[in-house]
Amino acid sequence: MAELNSNIPAGPLKDKWTNHKNNIRLVNPANKRGIDVIVIGTGLAGGAAAATLAELGYKVKAFCFQDSPRRAHSIAAQGGINAAKNYQGDGDSIYRLFYDTVKGGDYRSRESNSWRLAEVSANIIDQCVAQGVPFAREYGGLLDNRSFGGVLVSRTFYAKGQTGQQLLLGAYAAMNRQIGKGKIEMYNRHEMLDVVIVNGKARGIIARDLVTGKIERHGAHAVVVGSGGYGNVFFLSTNAMGSNGSAAWKIHKKGAYFANPCYTQIHPTCIPVSGDHQSKLTLMSESLRNDGRIWVPKKMEDVEAIRNKTKKPVDIPHEDRDYYLERRYPSFGNLVPRDVASRAAKERCDAGYGVNATGQAVFLDFASAIERYGKEQAHIQGLDENDKAIVTKLGKQVIANKYGNLFQMYEKIVDQNPYETPMMIYPAVHYTMGGIWVDYNLMTTIPGLYAIGEANFSDHGANRLGASALMQGLADGYFVLPYTIGDYLADEIRTGKISTDTPEFEQAEKDVVERLEKFINNKGTKSVDSFHKRLGHIMWNKVGMARNEKGLTEAIEEIKALREEFWKDVKVPGGRFEYNEELAKAGRVADFLELGELMAKDALVRTESCGGHFREESQSEEGEAQRDDANFFHVAAWEYTGVPSEAILHKEPLAYEEIEVKTRSYK
Amino acid sequence: MDLTLKIWRQKNADDKGKMVDYPVKGISPDMSFLEMLDVLNEELVNKDEEPVAFDHDCREGICGMCSLYINGEPHGPDKGITTCQLHMRHFHDGETIYIEPFRAKAFPIIKDLIVDRSAFDRIQQAGGFISVNTSGNTQDANAIPVNKHDADLAFDNATCIGCGACVAACKNSSAMLFVSAKISQFAALPQGKVEAEKRALDMVHQMDVEGFGNCTNTGACEAECPKGITLSSIATMNREFIKASASTKQ
Repeated sequence: MAELNSNIPAGPLKDKWTNHKNNIRLVNPANKRGIDVIVIGTGLAGGAAAATLAELGYKVKAFCFQDSPRRAHSIAAQGGINAAKNYQGDGDSIYRLFYDTVKGGDYRSRESNSWRLAEVSANIIDQCVAQGVPFAREYGGLLDNRSFGGVLVSRTFYAKGQTGQQLLLGAYAAMNRQIGKGKIEMYNRHEMLDVVIVNGKARGIIARDLVTGKIERHGAHAVVVGSGGYGNVFFLSTNAMGSNGSAAWKIHKKGAYFANPCYTQIHPTCIPVSGDHQSKLTLMSESLRNDGRIWVPKKMEDVEAIRNKTKKPVDIPHEDRDYYLERRYPSFGNLVPRDVASRAAKERCDAGYGVNATGQAVFLDFASAIERYGKEQAHIQGLDENDKAIVTKLGKQVIANKYGNLFQMYEKIVDQNPYETPMMIYPAVHYTMGGIWVDYNLMTTIPGLYAIGEANFSDHGANRLGASALMQGLADGYFVLPYTIGDYLADEIRTGKISTDTPEFEQAEKDVVERLEKFINNKGTKSVDSFHKRLGHIMWNKVGMARNEKGLTEAIEEIKALREEFWKDVKVPGGRFEYNEELAKAGRVADFLELGELMAKDALVRTESCGGHFREESQSEEGEAQRDDANFFHVAAWEYTGVPSEAILHKEPLAYEEIEVKTRSYK
Repeated sequence: MDLTLKIWRQKNADDKGKMVDYPVKGISPDMSFLEMLDVLNEELVNKDEEPVAFDHDCREGICGMCSLYINGEPHGPDKGITTCQLHMRHFHDGETIYIEPFRAKAFPIIKDLIVDRSAFDRIQQAGGFISVNTSGNTQDANAIPVNKHDADLAFDNATCIGCGACVAACKNSSAMLFVSAKISQFAALPQGKVEAEKRALDMVHQMDVEGFGNCTNTGACEAECPKGITLSSIATMNREFIKASASTKQ
């Protein structure tokens, strides 16, 4: 059993990171050249880490399953990235960003990590601007900001609705600079299939070249996993199709603890499911809630008329609309955090007020914003503020400037013009706050093995606020890991090159090949996707937005049975030594079939509600999530034993020095 | 809808390849084009046949991974979108649809509809960046003010997703639109100025090394670009390149 020591530095919260950096061991630049580091995943966390480690002088090998690091799913993040710059002078500070993060996470994140995240946030913006990331600007040439859910200040930096793309391209460019210099060896279309442990330390990986099918051994002094989240366990999610939990799950099986696996963020503003053919769900940036008002009709007859298309949403008069977020949460209104907004939408739809054919959609309406901005523009331009046509035209222009690409995306998918009629939205699985357990240095319970970005658990708690994922990915990749890893690598300068010609590599490769062969030779009757979809149904229905004891207990048994059936009856066409997408998917789904069981187990044991984890047995009279700090003020870190639901629970107690733990309220 | 698909099948780079007919039935107009291919692939797997290999990932029009030449157009008939955003409502019952890989010498075929676009990575590695250390010791972001017009211009060029439709659409298989987007993005920003000349020369050189053709101002790239990058970016690139070529600094 590994020891669960968070290694949080001593001293006052606000000085911890500075003191730690001052005391951390450094590696002589000449010695860095002799040290190899493997980075798995090239999104914001992995890409930034690979670039920075190479910049510092380490020899880096980076791996991604896509055809280029530029495709990592960080690219799809839309809304923005937070930073405590207080450029707007609205009272923001490191403390407030820290406070919002901890409160938003329902007091289930690690205080020292959240503080560090807020502390380095301002630096991230400086770094990205220097790289040429084209953030939105005001006419004076300075950076523009907007606000996001769960927050009352404007601290979010953005590049229209493509912030993730622009930040990722920044990290990709930084990587390219190092690849061009020969400091990073890039392995595109490669998938990590196992980590190799030698004498208790991570010493390399087994990878598969997805084009040739060739199995490769790669040795290194340390391995960094930045492979993202595991939301695709639900089959339908906002994740890219290839996003998977396999790298994280493989290292868990080799001894790294998995923390808070049940914490899944359900994002409130996604395009609703249209039918059984659906392969994924599309997110509409949360920034839309800055200007969009969410409502459903008050009267059931209006709901039916809209579903039957005898009435249009614009025909429902203002007084017959239920702006339920503004009604229930007057101080935050449409800007409540994601978990609160998601549950409120589910509550209205469960009560029968859903506005599409399946009854699982609410309206996100921009009419008020178009009118407000239009009047403002008419005033500025000296035009008639009462001329409806002019006001509407000008207002639409402002909205197009802010959210144009999102509106276009919606129109392409749904075939409706959101400038003319309200969008329909519904919550969908988006981001996983749980992940590999790491200490303050981002090291897992296996020495020399690190987890960064969405793949780790530490900063977000039970719920993630908007625009904080990009911040964490880049903070870990650019500013935290590259320094903390030195503390471990300082002991490695005499180790010499890691040989891959050892029994440990031999065994790991043998295991990987056996599994691949099993898939190819199984000759079952059902496709990989059919199992994935069935798993997704179990997960969404029983481990989804609301969970209860009965459902979770059933889910565990159903997943076990499905897994058994999968191994008996899965069919993988094609061979091992060729490009074979079905084979790659089979491995990932096999891992999801284990991870899903652990998620259900974690959710079952945590008999409180917090953030994105809503246990129906634990709610207030008004239907709000009810925490149980007396029993669950801890991180649940699971140790693998062979059967996911029989994993051993280790607890890292949470302690808050700087803030008082309160009931979360957005009223 | 019932459709006939004519799909390019090619086992690997050395295989000759051929068009194969696949009928599909009961396609919903709300499906995306890729979801329609998912349906076909599920049927193929159930029939013990190998599914059609195609590149895709985010399925929301931003990662740039999906490709496909559909009825003679990169990303299909609708404008301003990638293949994953193309919906079946743009087709009609009984239609025959031709699906081929992006064709260009610099994009060798890997399998079926998948091509290798790593030449784009190598062009970026030759200079598609600003040489700033990732050390975190940079100046305050607002110390570099950018005129809003320039910032917007930089952003418009930065929206390139590197999908390669411009190359596929061009009769010369030129990568000028792709390369010009990055050069134009940085040319519009004060951060990129210092090494602008070297960047233009190095990226253009690498583009030639990779075997992309030249530009003859046909404009097919602009017409097919899912992100609306325009020919004026190529003009900017040419200006930057000529300026750099004439410069005594280089």
